[in-house]
Amino acid sequence: MLTFNLGLTHYLVLGAILFAISVIGIFLNRKNVIVLLMAIELMLLAVNTNFIAFSHYLGDYSGQVFVFFVLTVAAAESAIGLAILVLLFRNLNTVNVEDLDQLKG
Amino acid sequence: MDFKTALFVIFAVVLVFAALRVITARNPVHAALYLVLSFFSAAALWMTLRAEFLSIALVLVYVGAVMVLFLFVVMMLDINLDKLREGFWSYFPIAAVVGVVIVLEMALVLIKTFLVPDAVPPVLGANSSNTRDLGVLIFTDYVYAFEVAAAILLVAIVAAVALTLRRRKDTKGQDPAKQIHTRRADRVRLVSMPSEGKD
Repeated sequence: MLTFNLGLTHYLVLGAILFAISVIGIFLNRKNVIVLLMAIELMLLAVNTNFIAFSHYLGDYSGQVFVFFVLTVAAAESAIGLAILVLLFRNLNTVNVEDLDQLKG
Repeated sequence: MDFKTALFVIFAVVLVFAALRVITARNPVHAALYLVLSFFSAAALWMTLRAEFLSIALVLVYVGAVMVLFLFVVMMLDINLDKLREGFWSYFPIAAVVGVVIVLEMALVLIKTFLVPDAVPPVLGANSSNTRDLGVLIFTDYVYAFEVAAAILLVAIVAAVALTLRRRKDTKGQDPAKQIHTRRADRVRLVSMPSEGKD
């Protein structure tokens, strides 16, 4: 049987897999703003997992402090994002990205 | 395979499965619930990395507040799912290529250390407390960043309220400024007229 010694590598690869899944999610759900926001949350989760794995294996708490701030900013971001989403739905009656062409860019 | 490794494998498998369901679930409510599951698994993984405070904070702040907010908004909106799902898989090949390349590049960098243990985590003392150490660090070295984080949260509160505040045209209410600025002359009018005599 393959020997499997848990180390920093496995956490980093797990973080990369999670990040790749959320990138694929952004590709797939390009019309649905709600699931786009959820994919961004997953991305931040992958980044935070990397930070904590490095913090644990290097014995430095600065990584965990950084995760603390990332959580704070992500909470603020999702609150404002959802507020914008509600406003969008109230004005246009849709959450489809393709209907958001008011600026004619 | 020791106990910690088995825990890692279980939580990692649940986490990847939940993340895949988040991006492929048809119903956004299901996606939000699978996102809750993935946050829980990630919190358990962080616990195996001895980040106890952050894993509890993830469950409390994310599952308790942010995900409830997500579910609230998802349930409030009436979405036409068929319109949003059309052409769902059309970009899947290029997305899969991008995702596989991301994972392979990361694995390529780390492939040397994949089967042998690389860094050994430093041994913590019996009395070490993750929460206390983190608190000491936040309130000394990172105190200014902590204050800025508080300001960011305040800005987020104000922005979210200001964005969603709605003044309806047909509601009746008082305008306090107008009430205060009223003078006697606006309300009382003295009329000078001759008194009528007795008939």
